[in-house]
Amino acid sequence: MWHDALLVMAKDLRVELRSRVSLNQVVPFALAVLVLFGLALGPNLHLLASETAGLVWMAVLFSCVLGVQRSYAIESTDSSRDGLRLSGLDPAGVFLGKAGALAVQLFALEIVLALVASILYGAPLTNALVLLVTCVVATIGLAAVGTFYGALALGARVRETLLPLLFFPVVAPVLMGAMKAWQAGLAGTPGKADGWLELLLAFAVAYGAIGTVAFGPLLEDG
Amino acid sequence: MALAVHFRDVVSLAGRFPLLSGATIDVADGEVVHLRGPNGAGKTSLLRALAGLLPVDSGEAIVLGHDLRSDPRAVRRVIGLLGHSTFLYDDLSVEENLRFALTASHQPIERAAGAIDRLGLGGRLAATQVSKLSAGQRRRCALAVLLAKAPRLWLLDEPHAGLDPEGRELVDDLIKEARDAGVTIVLASHDLERMAPIADRVVEVVGGRLSAGVAAEAKGGFHVA
Repeated sequence: MWHDALLVMAKDLRVELRSRVSLNQVVPFALAVLVLFGLALGPNLHLLASETAGLVWMAVLFSCVLGVQRSYAIESTDSSRDGLRLSGLDPAGVFLGKAGALAVQLFALEIVLALVASILYGAPLTNALVLLVTCVVATIGLAAVGTFYGALALGARVRETLLPLLFFPVVAPVLMGAMKAWQAGLAGTPGKADGWLELLLAFAVAYGAIGTVAFGPLLEDG
Repeated sequence: MALAVHFRDVVSLAGRFPLLSGATIDVADGEVVHLRGPNGAGKTSLLRALAGLLPVDSGEAIVLGHDLRSDPRAVRRVIGLLGHSTFLYDDLSVEENLRFALTASHQPIERAAGAIDRLGLGGRLAATQVSKLSAGQRRRCALAVLLAKAPRLWLLDEPHAGLDPEGRELVDDLIKEARDAGVTIVLASHDLERMAPIADRVVEVVGGRLSAGVAAEAKGGFHVA
């Protein structure tokens, strides 16, 4: 399983390095979302700073959907499901590999968004450790859910619109947990982040386990 | 004689729509079977079913000793399918695609070079991204993957499609070499003249059902099972 996971992860990251879709499309999209949120809330820097956590994580969620769609688009575009099934790879390994590659890209995106939001909204990134740990556990959860529901939507003709419909309600706890943990970190009260980090960790473990077990049947029956 | 494929009254449904409606066919080890029939007859569905990509809703379906109904993944590990899709990664090179396919199927990556050369994709082409290849070259790359993985059962859906005359000759040669090496081959093709000297048996597919097939020397008439 781990051999296959590393193989798939390396392949997905190599494809991304070649195509640079995340770099050229997903990152600018996420930055545009940050700017638009800023415009929507107006020039009140105090308000923007206080809402930084929520705005960053909303941008991450939107970008995650694009990342998931890209993750499956790189499989043979017209027969993604068949290609994965014929590869001979362990489905659990495919799930972990694709989720891992997506997590690496999301994590890099979160770092960029955090730095840009800090400048744009005037929010100093205090308690960087809490912010980083939040990014790690929240990203694992998002990547696991995204990869799982991405496979579920794979066979559907309307997968582009079906995926967000499935994805956003499920990741509401991640948005809530990551936002609250970041708010605690940015406000200089890292102790308040503990409970939210535990929630994020539980979510990541649960969806990581569900995806690992259910990805095979999902590919077969979807 | 040992059977590579044993299908008995196989029914495969997509919702309520029957893709295969009582397909029955036995293919001996090392046999080359040519499926023919009009568009929409079920040739591709049969090949996909043999590859473990379609659900078997009823009937007996054994491929290379593995029961398709209970363990389709075991079947997929020992077959090679060249379908309408190439299952290649556009952003990887020809060589990277082969190395990935071989590593994924736990086979030695040293086989990649020989297959690439055999399909005429050596030199600079081997390092070229698949997205920059012509349709025919992509088809050759997919064939190189199949050749390198050396499966015991080849499932070929219109294997000459998109290839130039030289490429078609090459496909014929590959099929003959595989047949001589004892590989079992089931292929769908509209090119009857080309298949005549290669196939051991012709099987007519009509409406998701199969004829019993006729031997190569008796081609021209078919018995409906």
